[in-house]
Amino acid sequence: MRRFAVASMFFAAIAGLWQLVVASGRWSPMLLPPPLSVMEYLWGALLDGSLVEAAAVTVRRLFAGYAIGVVIGLPLGLLTSTSQFFEDTIGSLALGLQTLPSVCWIPLALLWFGQTESAMLFVVIMGTVWSVMIATDTGARTISPIYARAARTMGSEGFHQWTRVILPASLPFLVSGMKQGWAFAWRSLMAAEIYVTILTGFGLGHLLHYGRELNAMDQVIGIMLVIVVVGLLADKALFSPWERFLHRRWGTGVRPA
Amino acid sequence: MLMAKPIMSATKLAVQGVSKCFSTAAAIVQALDDVSLDVADGEFVCLVGPSGCGKTTLLDIIAGLTKPDEGRVLADDQLVEGPGRQRLVMFQESALFPWLTVFGNVMFGLKLRDDLTHAARQRIAHEHLELVGLGKFTHSNVHELSGGMKQRVALARALAPDPRVLLMDEPLASLDALTREQLYGDIQRIWASRHKTIILVTHNVREAVCLGDRVILLTGSPGRIRENFPISLPRPRDINSAALSNHAAQITATLKGYMAGEVAE
Repeated sequence: MRRFAVASMFFAAIAGLWQLVVASGRWSPMLLPPPLSVMEYLWGALLDGSLVEAAAVTVRRLFAGYAIGVVIGLPLGLLTSTSQFFEDTIGSLALGLQTLPSVCWIPLALLWFGQTESAMLFVVIMGTVWSVMIATDTGARTISPIYARAARTMGSEGFHQWTRVILPASLPFLVSGMKQGWAFAWRSLMAAEIYVTILTGFGLGHLLHYGRELNAMDQVIGIMLVIVVVGLLADKALFSPWERFLHRRWGTGVRPA
Repeated sequence: MLMAKPIMSATKLAVQGVSKCFSTAAAIVQALDDVSLDVADGEFVCLVGPSGCGKTTLLDIIAGLTKPDEGRVLADDQLVEGPGRQRLVMFQESALFPWLTVFGNVMFGLKLRDDLTHAARQRIAHEHLELVGLGKFTHSNVHELSGGMKQRVALARALAPDPRVLLMDEPLASLDALTREQLYGDIQRIWASRHKTIILVTHNVREAVCLGDRVILLTGSPGRIRENFPISLPRPRDINSAALSNHAAQITATLKGYMAGEVAE
């Protein structure tokens, strides 16, 4: 409760500072609207449903693309960690493609899929897959071989060993890899939405884009806030339980006294 | 004085002419050279030797984790071709799984036994945690335990699936002296009550004399068995007793003799 109060005061102070800067009159309200008018925009957008709808469209795309990315990336990462052949082939490919900013996939996606949901999905998947794969690979390689040896003497082998030993043992790496993949997915989707108009659904990125077109700074800042909040909430909902589990079991996450 | 105990009738484990080489970047190392060893049912054998004498490699080969280049291992007259739960290993680092609780760790091997019901597995796991004195720590996380407690859990985990042979790879090396002494007592008590065949690898001669019916001396490069010392001291043995020290001193002297010889060569 005390932590919550501290955080609230911190953000209230930022808003206050913002208000002070606006009140100084040094910048045009066109460029720096007061916090209140941003709130007004958000309230209006919430009431007319456009905000909720856009957030729903965006989150749906994000989850679908991310889920597919993880489902592809995780087994590929396990594969490259075990086999020299796959490491030299798919592994190098992943390493190369991970360095490619996911915005760079947009032109290709547009030419292949047109202005469709598939193009969006494709960009998000490309943003996710490689980093999840590389994190899984790193995780599976880093675990102490003694776990696998101990498990083998107890009769664990093959699929059982993968699912009951290798995967849980690399959980700390998997979770940070998934988080990284999530961040990449989120970034690539925003880039795609700002860049490309798709008639089947206006996401948060589109609202941001139109805010700029209309010179509506309150909308631009408001949507940016929403994007931050959605990102934070998703992070908490998706990863906090895992991180709590990791900290409890592994005894990590303790601040130095 | 050097007679084996009468209960050790059948040969439980036979290592026959085992050799093993490892290639490193620098050279080829002959870890084991024509090693043979018979272990009787219910016998407690300690393999002692300096670092790099191949004792851990020998244990790995007995466990089936490493394949010998030559020779073979028979367990109950059956050829060892891979790891199996009849020969469980307790490792130097506890090798406990940090993603499981203490109970989950002990259950791991039990869950791999299809012949047990879930209730039976749980009962056995509880029994073994009681046996090593950790009944109160069933739901603890591994990181919350001290080094000695971790090794107790490892012991419970290795015993619970009821292996015929227990292989211990320097299980106490990383513990402090007091905890270690406590565990000497526990291991002897458990060995006596469970009638397991145990092979323990250590570089600590006193530890070997304290625990073993037989102490087998290995020397390195290439790894060979040099001597075989039956230990007939009454049990339970106290690591600090004078009689035990005498035995240990004698073995240590022999070991030093071999090591000096090696250097001279």
